[in-house]
Amino acid sequence: MKLSVWVVAAALLAAAPWAFRGSFALTLLTQMGTLAIFALSYNMLLGQGGMLSFGHAVYSGLGAYVTVHALNFLGKGAFLTPLPLLPLLGGVAGLAFGVLFGYVTTKRAGTTFAMISLGIGEMVYACVLMFPGFFGGEAGISTNRTVGQPLFGLNFGPALQVYYLVAAWCFACMLAMYALTRTPLGRMANAVRDNPERAEFIGYDTQKVRFLQLVLSAFFAGVSGALSCINFEIVGAENVSALRSGGVLLATFIGGIPFFFGPVLGSVIFILFVAALSGVTKAWLLYLGLFFCAMVLYAPGGVASLLLAQIGVIRAGKFGRLVAPYAAGAAACALALCGLIGVVESVYRLSDSTQGTRMALAGMQLDAAQPGIWLTSTLLLAAGLVALRLAARFISSRWAELRPA
Amino acid sequence: MDFLLVLVLNSISYGLLLFMLASGLTIVFSLMGVLNFAHASFYMLGAYFAYQISRWIGFWPALVLAPLAVGALGMAVERFALRRAHKYGHVAELLFTFGLAYLIEEATHLIWGRSAVPYRVPPDLDGPLFSIMGTQYPMYRGFMMLVAVAMLVSIWLVLKKTRIGLVIQAALTHPETVEALGHNVPRVFMLVFGGGVALAGLAGVIGGNAFITEPGMAAALGPIVFVIVVVGGMGSLGGAFIASLLIGFIQTFAVSLDWGLFGYNISQVAPVLPYLVMVLMLIVRPKGLMGTREG
Amino acid sequence: MTAALELLEVRKSFGSTRIINGVSLSVAPGERHAIIGPNGAGKSTLYNLISGRFPLTSGAIRLKGEDVTNLSPYEINRKGLARSFQVTNLFNNLSVYENLRCAVLWGAGYRYSFWHRLSRLAEVNARVDEVLGKIGLGRRSRVPAGTLSYAEQRALEIGVTIAGGASVILLDEPTAGMSRTESAQAVELVRQVSAGKTLLMVEHDMGVVFDLADRISVLVYGEIIASGTPQEIRGNAAVQEAYLGTLGKAHA
Repeated sequence: MKLSVWVVAAALLAAAPWAFRGSFALTLLTQMGTLAIFALSYNMLLGQGGMLSFGHAVYSGLGAYVTVHALNFLGKGAFLTPLPLLPLLGGVAGLAFGVLFGYVTTKRAGTTFAMISLGIGEMVYACVLMFPGFFGGEAGISTNRTVGQPLFGLNFGPALQVYYLVAAWCFACMLAMYALTRTPLGRMANAVRDNPERAEFIGYDTQKVRFLQLVLSAFFAGVSGALSCINFEIVGAENVSALRSGGVLLATFIGGIPFFFGPVLGSVIFILFVAALSGVTKAWLLYLGLFFCAMVLYAPGGVASLLLAQIGVIRAGKFGRLVAPYAAGAAACALALCGLIGVVESVYRLSDSTQGTRMALAGMQLDAAQPGIWLTSTLLLAAGLVALRLAARFISSRWAELRPA
Repeated sequence: MDFLLVLVLNSISYGLLLFMLASGLTIVFSLMGVLNFAHASFYMLGAYFAYQISRWIGFWPALVLAPLAVGALGMAVERFALRRAHKYGHVAELLFTFGLAYLIEEATHLIWGRSAVPYRVPPDLDGPLFSIMGTQYPMYRGFMMLVAVAMLVSIWLVLKKTRIGLVIQAALTHPETVEALGHNVPRVFMLVFGGGVALAGLAGVIGGNAFITEPGMAAALGPIVFVIVVVGGMGSLGGAFIASLLIGFIQTFAVSLDWGLFGYNISQVAPVLPYLVMVLMLIVRPKGLMGTREG
Repeated sequence: MTAALELLEVRKSFGSTRIINGVSLSVAPGERHAIIGPNGAGKSTLYNLISGRFPLTSGAIRLKGEDVTNLSPYEINRKGLARSFQVTNLFNNLSVYENLRCAVLWGAGYRYSFWHRLSRLAEVNARVDEVLGKIGLGRRSRVPAGTLSYAEQRALEIGVTIAGGASVILLDEPTAGMSRTESAQAVELVRQVSAGKTLLMVEHDMGVVFDLADRISVLVYGEIIASGTPQEIRGNAAVQEAYLGTLGKAHA
């Protein structure tokens, strides 16, 4: 990849807090950076190795647990390591567990591997609850990141310093993971993904390839876990939960599995989605699920693939032809969304009898018990779906016109 | 002694319930190559549908209607969504069913709330089946075993005696050949998928009131069913049967016994045991007990 | 002189169905040996047995004197045997260049390294360029393998097979589905890449067989009914009976 891309990436990382000011924005940016490392590590398995895992949070979570204990040791003056190097420890922990669990999980490939990864994830989660001594039970273990010697006057108390720590590690990990894709192991992981049988016939033990790819991926997952620990100053069972594993899967997929930077894009979108919606509606996980399912069916290459598909058209100067169909699509989406939101929020309001049937939607005071809102919402949704169908046809016919160009 | 008998009977009934789930999953996977991550979610829907229908009409109609409703939903999912994912490959199908599991769980939250619903054993079945040395064995458990066995016998009959059963048997080991057969394969797929999840739904109908009906039940049972399929061997119904009973026994006994093991009470360690079995199987015999196909 | 490849009473049954029924074969080093036979005779199964894809039911296979019975495919490949596939079996998302590079990596000693940069591996890249030149895909090297034309894919298939430098090469119907011109080009390619190596080839195209092969074996119903020079096979009555007039036709 061209040097300019990396320069731009570094610049974006450095400048982000100035473009998006405020403590809330800073929190989001830090979370995006941490998730980006996690998602990139996940894509080492899925996008590059063809290995779908439902339990990747095991490596980041266990890395986080090791880090939190180390941080607490630091606080007692047991040894002197500057805080910025702790993610390395998290990485090593991730790597160690990668070796331990990877040995078992990579004995099978494909769908079986996916199921085994789920089983290992559940097993680790159950263990975390079973051994409160090391894992702190449900409440988890908390820590203080400002302990230890300040490094060049930085004690990493302020959120801005934490952001730049995360950003630096994010950049370093991106470089490292990209470099790995240009090595013999990285290339053979691709080969095993595409055609494991043929890979065997050119001299490679595919199980070893997958095992090594998993171990390396677990290292970066551990780094991400350590950064998460430093940021939130608490590590709990949720860090190794199926929810976390599902979250990184969603983020990676939404961004775009076939592209190296896809998971980074996906992390940004995912954090924004959750941040924007989880405060506004109780049904945010439902919307996220719908969004994900729609992407699997209609845009399996993720948002990155959608964006990249436009580049050719833009270069040919013909993007103007797509404005109308896209506008139609956006309008249809909006219509369908209005209907969907109306239905979902009304159902929620009705089933949650503790709060009465009144609700505020888009600034309007509505009563969920009234049939009026049901009718309108269902009609809007139906109309929206029909409109989406038509818009999709419009878009694909316009694309077909442009294809020879 | 009677305590042991109760445990054994409970293990068998729980194991049979697990097999109802595992068999549906295995048949769908064997025929269509798609692992339905949302399989346990359809189990949950079966329980919730049965709860709702029993409130309106009664338990016995629910026993028939709920699985049918779940099956119909499954067919719709196959027809309008899964089929689309199919052309992007197995990973896409698995990802879609993964998203579907989320959706079903959230929709259940949405409609029925986050806490358990009072889906109870019907009064005519709520009593002792027999008494042994002062301990009573609940009738409902016996009913569960009866339904499970009846269902399994029907599956066996369908597989061995009908034409569609022949097709499914062939697909268990040679899916590509089935595709070349020229039957109305899409319709077979739709029916099989619907049938497979209807089985899960039926398990939910009879299991939901014996155990608990709450939105977390799919997430609790789903991984166990996957463990069973891995331990039994992908694509093997016989292996799934043995593994279901094995896990049924392990989980039932572990929760009820009060033995110490390495300083831990076995009932504390119980949640982890099925996964340990899976890890052990993977180390010793990665193909599973009777595995015939690669995943 | 040790045979390059030896099959000793190889048998393979799937359940109770016997597919390979006691095949014994010996291929001398540097020999070009063709296996012909009607469809369903078991040629693909035989290849799968030799290359380690299926386990043998009984018998033994020796590669350059070493027993390789029931070794896994990668172990056999590392000992110097490479095979192509009748149905093109490439890494579809990787470019032509990367496909070939993967085939070179193990032999060049890079194994599972994640600390070497692919672009800096001079001997590997030189070998890839060499093979690219031989198979004539130099101008298509950046194209994903999945988007190549059929003939290009067949050429790449051969390229991937020989790139690792194996001394014993198994080709499975290299000219399948090709036109006259394409076949002629493929034959030339096979002749070039098998120079100095041992070649075992399954083919239906008799023109190709008689053009290239030093020796021919005829496989019918899992057994070798005849083995010898092209002249001997042409004149063999049992072979004529088994094939009934298909000998001498240019295409099967």
